[in-house]
Amino acid sequence: MIQIVFFFFAAVTVGAAINVIAQKHVLYSALSLILLLTAMSVLFILLRADFLAVIQVIVYAGAIMVLFIFVIMLLNLPRDEDGADRLRWLKFIGIPLGLFFLFLVGATVWNVEPSSAQPQLVGSAQAIGQSLFTDYVLPFEATSLLILIALIGAVVFAKKDL
Amino acid sequence: MIPAAWYLILSAVLFLIGVLGFFLKRNIIALLLSVEIMLNAVNLTFVVFSAQHRQISGQIFVFFVLVVAAAEAAVGLALVIAMFRNRESLNVDRSNLLKW
Repeated sequence: MIQIVFFFFAAVTVGAAINVIAQKHVLYSALSLILLLTAMSVLFILLRADFLAVIQVIVYAGAIMVLFIFVIMLLNLPRDEDGADRLRWLKFIGIPLGLFFLFLVGATVWNVEPSSAQPQLVGSAQAIGQSLFTDYVLPFEATSLLILIALIGAVVFAKKDL
Repeated sequence: MIPAAWYLILSAVLFLIGVLGFFLKRNIIALLLSVEIMLNAVNLTFVVFSAQHRQISGQIFVFFVLVVAAAEAAVGLALVIAMFRNRESLNVDRSNLLKW
């Protein structure tokens, strides 16, 4: 039963990811990425990372992707002139090389000890909060600085003349 | 139950798709979306190892990756707006002033 759920949502994530890079218009790519993020949150639930699943939907699909879609619609984009000529041959080299990379990763992963990712541990908000505010206080505070810098940087870049 | 290897292979597939998108697309917003795919693939790996080793640290790292992704999206999209204002195009091949 769990396997069926896993395979269904794994297929959804892979299909959505392929759709993201296959679409010509970037708005459809962004919408497809939202589907990917939502399916990914189901995989998080299967791994009992409950809090992250919620955060994934609220912050990623809800906030970051809204930012993307907002900008896409703001810019009123021209049609995508994809695939410049000098990149044409890259596809024929890149895709086989990528598949080879995938084969290497798959072979490596398959040969390590067979263990099941098993949900003993529940990533509840309490557990994550406790760890975040004891062991990871310094990174957490550094994060706030990072966000402040990103905020100022975004304003500086996007403003016409400061 | 589901072996951890399945999750890892799924994560590798997603990461591969992200890399291919990053190298094959020329629209800068599509590149940012490809980066998001890659970040999500890495997040999945973190959560799988967190569940496998029964340590919460992996999920904390996902949290930080999320924050960095948000910062990257904000700054990246600001750059996109600035670039579109200057060139009327989002093609990364067009903005090659540094490449003389």
